[in-house]
Amino acid sequence: MKLDLILRIGTKLLLPFILLFALYVQFHGDFGPGGGFQAGVITAGMVILYALIFGVKAAKRIAPQGLVERMVPLGVLIYAGTGIAGLWLGSNYLDYSRLARDAPYGHELGIFAVELGVLITVAGTMTAIFYAFVDRGR
Amino acid sequence: MEALINIVLLTLLAVITVGIMFQRNLFAVVVLAGIYSFLMASVLIVLDAVDVAMTEASVGAGVSTVVLLGTLHLVRTIEYPSKRSALIPMLVAVATGAALVWGTIGLSPFGTADNAIHKHVAPKYLADSVKETLVPNVVTSTLADYRGYDTLGETTVIFTAGIGVLLLLKGRRRRGHIADEDSKVGRTA
Repeated sequence: MKLDLILRIGTKLLLPFILLFALYVQFHGDFGPGGGFQAGVITAGMVILYALIFGVKAAKRIAPQGLVERMVPLGVLIYAGTGIAGLWLGSNYLDYSRLARDAPYGHELGIFAVELGVLITVAGTMTAIFYAFVDRGR
Repeated sequence: MEALINIVLLTLLAVITVGIMFQRNLFAVVVLAGIYSFLMASVLIVLDAVDVAMTEASVGAGVSTVVLLGTLHLVRTIEYPSKRSALIPMLVAVATGAALVWGTIGLSPFGTADNAIHKHVAPKYLADSVKETLVPNVVTSTLADYRGYDTLGETTVIFTAGIGVLLLLKGRRRRGHIADEDSKVGRTA
């Protein structure tokens, strides 16, 4: 394992920046290009890169398989739950107007929650599929 | 300049497609498909669709390349030539391609401002996005708010696809020989 020293150190240097970029894409999606889909895939890409260089066991320590597989339905539930919250507060399904006192802030909050749901489902699905493929090989 | 970049990118795409067609080594095919995705991402950047380019680069070139390599680890990497004649698949491919090209003839010219799609709800979204949602990026406000149902559907599609793949890949393994993990799965389920 000594031969891939450059790969290991390079990956260690890159990982925090990949995660930071994913978070930037997620939370800056209101202003620049990006959103839940892109951020989710980049997050999953970080875990996959970690698994490629340091092994799947190490990756499963930072992103446990059970957690990753629970994230798949969790994101959809957050998304649909945001819609139901609107329904509860007296507006239409997926209408975020009543989530805050002023309608525009409610919409901002709703978009944030929905994008979070997308992030969780996409990151979870991509990582879970990767784990499933890797587990077949052993 | 943009036309030159487009010509170079599209030519390279065509070259790589031909390369994939004639390549029998599946490892090379996977690598070529990754290069194809990166070129496609560049094309999408030229088209000013940075969101889609990001997705194409990370899903097409990143995740799916890794998953395909993982598949190659399980199967042989040489594609055996088919015994049947390639005539019918070729005819189907050519007919489909011709139908698609024929379909583009009916589209309005590329990039014109008075296309029908720019006159329906798009002006309203562009004008009201900041006022109604405080989100300056209209792509985000359209996807997550004005067209929230569609994105909910897309997220559900990803959920369904993920669950489907997990069921296929893990269900088969349960019948295999890893007994101790099987009992664990059985208990939690």
